[in-house]
Amino acid sequence: MSAYLEIRSVTKRFGDFSALRDVSLDIAEGEFVCFLGPSGCGKTTLLRAIAGLDIQSEGVIRQAGRDVSALPPEERDFGIVFQSYALFPNLTVRKNIGFGLRTRGAPRGEIDRRVDELLEMIGLPDKGDSYPAQISGGQQQRVALARALAPRPGLILLDEPLSALDAKVRLHLREELKTLQRQLGVTMVMVTHDQDEALSLADRIVVMNVGVVEQVGTPFEIYDHPASRFVADFIGAMNFFPGAMTAPDAIAVRDLRLHCTPNGHAGGQPVTVAIRPEDVALAEDHESDPRNLIEVGVGGIEFLGAHARAQLVHDAFVGAPLVAQLPQAVMRRRAIARGQQIRVRLPEDRLRIFDGDARHG
Amino acid sequence: MADVAIGASAMPRRRVVRPRSGRDDRLMLAFVGMIGLYLIASLALPIGFMLWKSTEVRSFAFSAFEVEVDRGQGFEPLGALTVAAPRLGLADEITQARRGPSLTAAQLFPRGQFEGQPVTAARVRLTGDARGGGLEALGQPVAIGDWAEVDADNLRRLTLRAGTINSFANYAEYFSNPALSQSIVNSFAVAIITTVITVTLAFGFAYALHRTCMRGKGVFRTLATAPILAPSLLGGLSLVYLFGNQGLLRGLMFGGSIYGAPGIVLGCVFFTFPHAMLIIATALRIADARLFEAARVLRASPRQTFFTVTLPGARYGLISAAFVVFTLTITEFGVPKVVGGDFNVLALDIYKQVVGQQNFAMGAVVSVILLVPAVFAFAVDRWVTARQVALLSARAAPYEPAPDPRTDRRAFVFCAAVAGFLLLILLVSQYAALIRFWPYNHELTFRHFAFEGVDGGGWGSFWNSLRLAFYVATIGTGVVFIGGFVVEKGRSFAWARTALQFLAMMPMAIPGIVLGLAYIFFFNNPANPFYFLYGTMAILVIATITHFYTVSHLTALTALKAMDREFESVSASLKQPVTRVFAQVTTPVCSPTLIDIAAYFFVNAMTTVSAVVFLYAPHTTLAAVAALNMDDAGQIQAAAAMCMLIVYANLAARGVHALLSRLLARTQAWRTR
Repeated sequence: MSAYLEIRSVTKRFGDFSALRDVSLDIAEGEFVCFLGPSGCGKTTLLRAIAGLDIQSEGVIRQAGRDVSALPPEERDFGIVFQSYALFPNLTVRKNIGFGLRTRGAPRGEIDRRVDELLEMIGLPDKGDSYPAQISGGQQQRVALARALAPRPGLILLDEPLSALDAKVRLHLREELKTLQRQLGVTMVMVTHDQDEALSLADRIVVMNVGVVEQVGTPFEIYDHPASRFVADFIGAMNFFPGAMTAPDAIAVRDLRLHCTPNGHAGGQPVTVAIRPEDVALAEDHESDPRNLIEVGVGGIEFLGAHARAQLVHDAFVGAPLVAQLPQAVMRRRAIARGQQIRVRLPEDRLRIFDGDARHG
Repeated sequence: MADVAIGASAMPRRRVVRPRSGRDDRLMLAFVGMIGLYLIASLALPIGFMLWKSTEVRSFAFSAFEVEVDRGQGFEPLGALTVAAPRLGLADEITQARRGPSLTAAQLFPRGQFEGQPVTAARVRLTGDARGGGLEALGQPVAIGDWAEVDADNLRRLTLRAGTINSFANYAEYFSNPALSQSIVNSFAVAIITTVITVTLAFGFAYALHRTCMRGKGVFRTLATAPILAPSLLGGLSLVYLFGNQGLLRGLMFGGSIYGAPGIVLGCVFFTFPHAMLIIATALRIADARLFEAARVLRASPRQTFFTVTLPGARYGLISAAFVVFTLTITEFGVPKVVGGDFNVLALDIYKQVVGQQNFAMGAVVSVILLVPAVFAFAVDRWVTARQVALLSARAAPYEPAPDPRTDRRAFVFCAAVAGFLLLILLVSQYAALIRFWPYNHELTFRHFAFEGVDGGGWGSFWNSLRLAFYVATIGTGVVFIGGFVVEKGRSFAWARTALQFLAMMPMAIPGIVLGLAYIFFFNNPANPFYFLYGTMAILVIATITHFYTVSHLTALTALKAMDREFESVSASLKQPVTRVFAQVTTPVCSPTLIDIAAYFFVNAMTTVSAVVFLYAPHTTLAAVAALNMDDAGQIQAAAAMCMLIVYANLAARGVHALLSRLLARTQAWRTR
């Protein structure tokens, strides 16, 4: 299968600064892809390169088999929604949505029908004659999306489209966006710095950092098998400890000996051991398998509602305590409190091993 | 999937992308080019030409003239004039040319003699380029290399003509003439004193408006900006009526004379006050209330708070206002013309050199000297303005003054005094325009508005001014707005947009009178393809638009910057031409700013003197210039009447502006939630 959008060795320089370095990526037709990363990672730069708004210094971008690398935006095929929505303030919702439908040779009646259809689709059939300032932020966002969809482009680009909204509206619109995208089958690329948004919306996530792609994968792959220390750290919470491989399936963290699944690191190599807080399991009293079972002191407990986050103290974990996220039900049943000594298991298949020392990794 | 397929297709791994320009880019570039060319032709080239002309000096090309003389024993060579000059009693090339642009053989051999012996014949030939000069014999030009020979009776008919060279001789002459260079000291003294007075008053006024709860703020604000509506020379006229030789308040001068520095300073304070007040008011308006709360919590005294919070917060506004007032004053020529007396200042020197003595080169020299402080003040102002932007953080809380009867009362008294002075100046001219004969006959009459038998063109001038103001307001606003749009919203051709931005900032650094003189040099030159503009209304429109370009441009930019940066991107993604966003979104949204710019252009076109004083023709006389000429001819009440006509027109324009603003607000339902 040939990709709908092919990005090859794209580099963008602003003077001496490289905002994108040799980025390559394939996006299939009908896919929902999120560019995720901290601010300044180059995700918006990549989106604007795809749009032709800030054309890359080097590299090729092909869309539907056509080389669009050097084309100005008006000669490419995409619709775009910005964080600000950029709705034309002096035009009604109808006129905003219909803006891209004029001069396409479409008769008036057809334009009106298409606008009605879109208003219906975004659930604002009676807001057509309002001005953007007269409708809510969430409604504005939907109008901006409808305007982008109106000429039926092959690709929709979304630049942090939800970040200007408050939390509740954001959750609601997130679902709507996903449903709409599935219904229409249109390829969407969304830039976001919100990992929850990316994890819940995307078919695939592109994690970026300082101008390079760190990992591309499904939300599950990204969360469960982070390819780098950066990804592991950026997505979700993660405990990191410096250690060294003693054998292909064994690690030493100070005096602590842990087993792990073989991962390609040879014995003697310094590594960073990582485990997610929710993977730290409370051992039952009767458990006797000593592998990866450690005794820790409960340093502090942070109550989070359904869960609690416990800081576990152990001689091996210098610098930062081991953080465990435990269901509140378990906490209650075992009556875990500050100052107790408890036993936890670090399941060997949940340990992630990365190159290098935690402090330098 | 991410990193697969690199190199799988035949695409080269490193390929530098040259963005292709779209239709919109090319259209925008075309507009950048047109407006850029306009500014080059109407500003950069004339100023450059004037700089060049200021170094032009008449001079004989001594080395190119070879002289022989016959004292009865055949021609004996005297060599080139470079060698022969001392023997012939000539000065150096430039000094000689200054004494007269031509030399005849009769002057080379006074009384027909050379070194005491009678000359029977003389001949001269050109051995090379005469630098624009030449040689004539018996009324005919002589070609290079040919001898021009005359006998003793026709010595007078052999003429050597001076050419021109470029040197700093004009500048040397300027600085060696104390009568001229004294103006530099005078100009700086007057400008500095005016700046100190105006900025102090303006700060007090703005402070009272924004930091106290005094009554009558609306009235005070209106009165404070009123001088903008009048030509600057109105202040001078009123001062003459008040403190002149027949002035009402002459007693207050205690025997001193208003003519000279005191008059110039007072007149300049009058017309620069609104500019300073508006700038400082802007700086005081954006105060952060949290700083004042912090000061209160720290138990700072009001005095401490003033010096540690208020003043530093307004410092950029104060510096900016100071340099604006300084520039306005040092480049002002209307006020010194009316009340300057014998006190010479630079701007007036330019006028005198050009109009009075027809010495254009010296006018150019003074212009260049005037450019130095103007450009310097401009640079400082830009630097300061650029720093002020970051002053107001998004989290700042707006400051609301609390009532304090004592302070409020003092503020009121202060503002009443300042506004009273401004009002007095305006009203005195109004009164003088309406009474029969100052100061003896105070019977009310409209006879001065008939402009019968006065200089300057009367009502014709007024209609011309209205026409000019209308053209400038409409055409100028269009040009400026499109220029601002392509600078701010263009996507590619960054270098061209930067260049246009630079050109658009230049007019602010150029004093109007310098621009006017530069236009004479540049346009009044048959070799210039735009020569046909000279003496037309068009050149007045061009000069005025260019003179007031920068402030309008900055106003347009502010409005355009406030618009979402992505409107054009969205439109491009929807395959719509940029002209459609411009027409359907940008222009309607910016329409309040457009009428602001038009009003600014209109008012300034009505009042300006400096840029147009050299450029009007008999059929394009202008009201403000007419007032100047009436004053010059001693018809000072007619001058006051003309100034008041300008004020009425500007008041009417303000009314139209307010009406349009209100109408716009009504049609712009989208602005309200």
